[in-house]
Amino acid sequence: MEALTAIVIGALTAAAVYLMLARNFMRFLFGLVLLSNAANLTIFASGRMTKGAPALVPYGEDAPLGVVGNALPQALVLTAIVIGFGLLAFTLALAFEAYRRLRSVDTDEMRYAEPKEEATK
Amino acid sequence: MSWVLVMPIAVPFLTAVVAFLARSLPAGRWISLAGSVLTLVASAVLMAAVLDEGVIAAQMSNWDAPFGITLVADYLSAVMVVITAITGLATAIYALGEIPEETEALGFYALFQTLIAGVTGAFLTGDLFNLYVWFEVMLIASFSLLVIGGGKERLDAGIKYVALNLVSTLIFLSGIGLLYGVTGTLNLADMRDAVAEAENQGLITVIAMMFMVGFGVKAAVFPLFFWLPASYHTPYFAISAVFAGLLTKVGVYALMRMFTLVFVGDVGFTHEILIWVSLLTMFTGVIGAAAQTDFRKILSFHIISQIGYMTLGLALFTPLALMGGVFYLVHHIIVKANLFFVAGLAKQYAGDTDLNRIGGLYKSAPLLAALFIIPAFSLAGFPPLSGFWAKYLIVKAALELNMWFVTFVSLLVGLLTIYSMTKIWGMAFWKPHPDGIDPTPDRAPARVTAAMIVPIAGLALMTIIIGFYPEPFVQFAETAATQLLDPTDYVTTVLGVQP
Repeated sequence: MEALTAIVIGALTAAAVYLMLARNFMRFLFGLVLLSNAANLTIFASGRMTKGAPALVPYGEDAPLGVVGNALPQALVLTAIVIGFGLLAFTLALAFEAYRRLRSVDTDEMRYAEPKEEATK
Repeated sequence: MSWVLVMPIAVPFLTAVVAFLARSLPAGRWISLAGSVLTLVASAVLMAAVLDEGVIAAQMSNWDAPFGITLVADYLSAVMVVITAITGLATAIYALGEIPEETEALGFYALFQTLIAGVTGAFLTGDLFNLYVWFEVMLIASFSLLVIGGGKERLDAGIKYVALNLVSTLIFLSGIGLLYGVTGTLNLADMRDAVAEAENQGLITVIAMMFMVGFGVKAAVFPLFFWLPASYHTPYFAISAVFAGLLTKVGVYALMRMFTLVFVGDVGFTHEILIWVSLLTMFTGVIGAAAQTDFRKILSFHIISQIGYMTLGLALFTPLALMGGVFYLVHHIIVKANLFFVAGLAKQYAGDTDLNRIGGLYKSAPLLAALFIIPAFSLAGFPPLSGFWAKYLIVKAALELNMWFVTFVSLLVGLLTIYSMTKIWGMAFWKPHPDGIDPTPDRAPARVTAAMIVPIAGLALMTIIIGFYPEPFVQFAETAATQLLDPTDYVTTVLGVQP
């Protein structure tokens, strides 16, 4: 299971890097989504993938009985997903506003904050 | 005990909530100012507690370490929290003069206070995943602050800033995942031993490099700094001052924390890389600044160059060098925020930040000129200002290790810094205005100029105090460095404390 997850993470990262190398900012964003999922899967896999019951404590007990799954990575991944979702929503809104104002999603044409061409020569 | 650690984070958060509700009222800005004063008080209380006890820690929600989230403050954290509060207060005052009402109504002060809370949280947390969360709090606030007010330049800068920072965060997050997989813990104090005992030290070094890249982007070191000069010259001056002062320093702080507390197993490899990275950061930053003619772009490149000195302090990894690094960190926040404030006021007077289009400020605003000279010469390392002592400690540490090349580059970069500062001085202050006019802030009422000059004068005064009376600050930095190099106290306080 870990090996399969590792391959998936690698494939996701490779696809993300490929997308992020594009000049189109939307492709960059899609790459970011994939990379974000690769990071989440990395955390998930780090918690060891074991077959176990949900980490629930029966009523009247202090600790869960028997072998239970590691709940911490799930909490971490959940936090990371929520944060990533918020950031992605912001970035999408920013990209849309940039497209509306700058009339382009091509990062090569986005040079409004850069030095003017004649100044660089 | 725990409220001492919580208050510096909780106060700005609460202020943010109240300021957001009052965002379209004139009261909003005064709420923000009051919140910043209270944050400073809370930070001072924290500092007093740390000076008293050395290291203090608190377990959130009564979950014992290493299972719960720990807040911990040693000397370095405490001084960073205090300096954050000081910068926050200075910015809150400066914003009274600079930020227009329509931007205030968008929730400017709420975002600003959230940023301060995020930065403070990052300095105080003792939990790696919690550090990631504080980074994100800080990032989302900084994204919004960077583009608030709109305009093509800000949107363009925002895209680049957001994109590169998100990538670095994801590298950092993957690093956390892998480190958790190897050590089984997220508590930094607990992780120190777990990392030392890990079987696969090669994997630890790989993870260390992921952290170095992730934090390196935040700290804007060579060759990862490209987002910084692309974005820092576009937002409001109050914003670029607080960004310049604090945000990159969070990256440096995180590097210092991780590479003294956790990743110390292969110092010969990791810190050797850091030395070269630092030297290249210092040199490329200062060369980049020499090529610019915009007030804020010059200052932006100088941030990069100065970051190199701080990471060099970490990279040399001797008590003296770390002491210099800590001293540099504090001095730099004060000086750099102040220079961006001065740039904003210079724009109020002369109407632009392009040095070719302004001039004559020395004649029409002698007070501003005097207030520019103090942080500028401090940045360049003139005695007896604070920058001299900071550079002196780093250079002395390099000399003690017989690293002649490192010493040479440090001094050369200092020399080139003087070149940039005299360029600003000559073009903005001495040269007559190209339009043949005497620059005056005729567009701005006196209240605006007053609100902007108070924080500049205050921070300049701090620079002078540190410069003329460095003894207590140096001693403080020495203790901070000792704690960093021997974190036994840190570890036992975190793991042993009862809630």
